[in-house]
Amino acid sequence: MGYDLSMRVWRGDVDSGELAPYTVPVEEGEVVLDAVHRLQATQAPDLAVRWNCKAGKCGSCSAEVNGRPRLMCMTRLTDYDPDETITVTPMRTFPVVKDLVCDVSYNYEKARELPAFAPGPPDPDGKRRMMQADVERGQEFRKCIECFLCQNTCHVIRDHEENKPAFAGPRFFLRYAELDMHPLDTNDRRQLAQEAAGLGMCNITKCCTEVCPENIKITDNAIIPMKERVVDRRYDPLVWLGSKIFRRDERTEV
Amino acid sequence: MAEFERHSYDVVVIGAGGAGLRAAIAAHDAGARTAIICKSLLGKAHTVMAEGGAAAAMGNLWPDDSWRVHFRDTMRGGKMLNNWRMAQLHAQEAPERVLELEEWGALFDRTPDGLISQRDFGGHRYARLAHVGDRTGLEMIRTLQQRAVALGIDVFMECTVTEVLTDDGAVAGAFGYWRESGRFIVFETPSIVLATGGIGKVYEVTSNSWEYTGDGHALGLRAGAPLINMEFVQFHPTGMVWPPSVRGILVTESVRGDGGVLKNSEGERFMFNYIPDFFKAETADTEEEADGWYDDKKNNRRPPELLPRDEVARAINSEIKAGRGSPHGGVFLDIASRRSPEFIQRRLPSMYHQFKELADVDITAEPMEIGPTCHYVMGGVEVDADTGASAVTGLYAAGEVSGGMHGSNRLGGNSLSDLLVFGRRAGLNAAYYAGRLSESRPQVSERDVTAAGKAALAPFSDAGRVDENPYTLQKDLQATMQRLVGIIRTREELTQALVELETLKERAKHIQVEGHRQYNPGWHLALDLANMLLVAECVATAALEREESRGGHTRDDFPLPSEDWGSKNLVLTEKDGVVSLKHQPLQTMPGELQQLFEEE
Ligand SMILES: Cc1cc2nc3c(=O)[nH]c(=O)nc-3n(C[C@H](O)[C@H](O)[C@H](O)COP(=O)(O)OP(=O)(O)OC[C@H]3O[C@@H](n4cnc5c(N)ncnc54)[C@H](O)[C@@H]3O)c2cc1C
Ligand code: SF4
Ligand code: SF4
Ligand code: FES
Repeated sequence: MGYDLSMRVWRGDVDSGELAPYTVPVEEGEVVLDAVHRLQATQAPDLAVRWNCKAGKCGSCSAEVNGRPRLMCMTRLTDYDPDETITVTPMRTFPVVKDLVCDVSYNYEKARELPAFAPGPPDPDGKRRMMQADVERGQEFRKCIECFLCQNTCHVIRDHEENKPAFAGPRFFLRYAELDMHPLDTNDRRQLAQEAAGLGMCNITKCCTEVCPENIKITDNAIIPMKERVVDRRYDPLVWLGSKIFRRDERTEV
Repeated sequence: MAEFERHSYDVVVIGAGGAGLRAAIAAHDAGARTAIICKSLLGKAHTVMAEGGAAAAMGNLWPDDSWRVHFRDTMRGGKMLNNWRMAQLHAQEAPERVLELEEWGALFDRTPDGLISQRDFGGHRYARLAHVGDRTGLEMIRTLQQRAVALGIDVFMECTVTEVLTDDGAVAGAFGYWRESGRFIVFETPSIVLATGGIGKVYEVTSNSWEYTGDGHALGLRAGAPLINMEFVQFHPTGMVWPPSVRGILVTESVRGDGGVLKNSEGERFMFNYIPDFFKAETADTEEEADGWYDDKKNNRRPPELLPRDEVARAINSEIKAGRGSPHGGVFLDIASRRSPEFIQRRLPSMYHQFKELADVDITAEPMEIGPTCHYVMGGVEVDADTGASAVTGLYAAGEVSGGMHGSNRLGGNSLSDLLVFGRRAGLNAAYYAGRLSESRPQVSERDVTAAGKAALAPFSDAGRVDENPYTLQKDLQATMQRLVGIIRTREELTQALVELETLKERAKHIQVEGHRQYNPGWHLALDLANMLLVAECVATAALEREESRGGHTRDDFPLPSEDWGSKNLVLTEKDGVVSLKHQPLQTMPGELQQLFEEE
């Protein structure tokens, strides 16, 4: 049931590169990452590629398959016609290091800019009580495997290097939203999300949601509610007036 | 010789899984200037793949649970070969460590009272695993990673350590390379915490990733730290078997914890035929009792599907051998006929996803095909229970790379909690030691640095020899281990394995890699292979010596446990490439703990 797959894989580094043609035998049930591994083992031993779990859990193997941002380990070859040539290229939004590996440090920088979780004191018995219903939204966001495919896809920074300093990207809007909705957090990051993280630059096109392998409703469940919360904070006349005097929700603005 | 990039720290933690991150946080909190080094990107370590949960006797659902019960379960699961002090500390401190994660932002599933929910797992008397659906490891690593970032701890990612450097027997530093550029890097530090995880990649069918090449085991051994319990390798009973490309990928034990059962091709729930005497008293012997247990643990005993992993893996192996396997060489794991689709999707979302996407199987409608897969190594660097210190001054180890805690078999869920408890202890003690040293730190010798650099570049040097491809060599090593040092072992096969390993070692000297130093996986693998070969030899050597069956070590020629063997560990050391082995009596458990095993 196996067949010879024809592939084009981007080979190169920061300076230059090209799509190199390969033909590689593949077996039933295989995914794109299997084909890439077989290439590595038999034809291109120095082909650079990231992977860890091979089960869609670690978010390492992000790339673009026929131009579509995907996890290589979750992209089955049966999705393509056996006659079709599959083209694999690195994520476009990040500088390439070598072959399919790119420099994703932008994301780690954005993570550092985000003020941490700050809970209040626990209950007298040392435990913390939260209801399942209240943690479910946050749990949806914490399914994120940091594959950075959403970051790669977002048009605000794809092909717009100049926007990167002021834009944290959908993965981190998710994180702002998660913390904002956390029942125990005492920080108010709404202003920061809007200004420093660039939430305002997002025009809710939902492209990020479409590529998320964890099926997180990034736009509907995180970004839009977060935008509303920012608006609440800024234009609610009572809060506006009173924000210097008393805090409506007793959180500390960071 | 060119000047290498150099850094100086009080504590260097090698590994950014649960153990490494927790160690780094502890070292940082103790005031040490701390660095974390890891082979992959931050957040991608193996811990991210853990599914089921972290075991901690919090008693949120079963108030009768306590550290004593957890301790007892752990020791019995390890067939009493565990370092009792580690098992004790682990059971005592796990609840606090799990609660601490909440402090740092973790969102565990809740009980109706709003407390952390706990789930059933094999070998645990009570529902004890704190979890988030079936992606607990992700929650844990993200929480620790976010904490470490918030504390501003330096992280060197995609950086691989190839040598621990010593000065007069004490840790002086570490040598490594950046994966991206291939350039070398030297760390000067008096304290190193090894937190590099396991060795599963030496087997063909494994749930482990490319990183599991036994680096820390080999680094420790070469620096002079003995390994213990290396004959004990855990084969998880339930790995995917089909399609071939996903063979070995884990199917979490939570499937059974949440009600799934094992069946053979005749539809028989065969685990009832495999209840060993050791666990008879606590295991249900009828389906009614087994099914009643999920809701009423007082009046029913545990289903045999939830026996410790070594028992279940062996049973599956026997069924397949007896010709009662599934079409693709496994057996059936069925939750579809036992729980509602809604329940399954809520409790096991990533299993649902994994089977749907990778195997076209809807686990809410049909059974899964599963079979044993190499999962975890019980053996590792021998450490002091309280401090995580190895025999080498300044060298600490925590997590899967350390040995002793789990004895001959680890219970599910006990690893994640182990990482937290002993990661913290190792980090603290590494920091204390560095603090006490003041000015008189061991020095990195230039000679060692030059030698380490030369060794790392060896695969590039073309001395006109036969070329060996590192990928082929790895495949051959995996085949040897799978065939001869697998679940069921014999003297003949183990002897043969050692012969084949010698040949492989010889071939490894002729590895020739292509391309440049920049992000070159062929080169990286060539360097990892040296470690894999060394740990493989340790596993086979110890397995040949131990003439009994216990936990993760089953000898067809010695099918029963023996009292004599039950009182000792096998300790491995290495000098000039030669592995040697000695017997060492277990530490005796104090009377008050022994009592826990007498009152049945
Ligand atoms: C699929 C799966 C599911 C599991 N589910 C559970 C579960 O439900 N409950 C449970 O308790 N346990 C579970 N386990 C076991 C548990 O996840 C692991 O034992 C545990 O995560 C190991 O953690 P660690 O911190 O020791 O190492 P890891 O998390 O593996 O981290 C090792 C780190 O060391 C780094 N490293 C290795 N070598 C080097 C080197 N030479 N130089 C630099 N860095 C290096 C790696 O990059 C990595 O960062 C599961 C394991 C698997 C594979
Ligand atoms: S919805 Fe916003 S964040 Fe998502 S892709 Fe569109 S602009 Fe980017
Ligand atoms: S939100 Fe989804 S797409 Fe974005 S990084 Fe997380 S898992 Fe990937
Ligand atoms: S390898 Fe982990 S997500 Fe693909």
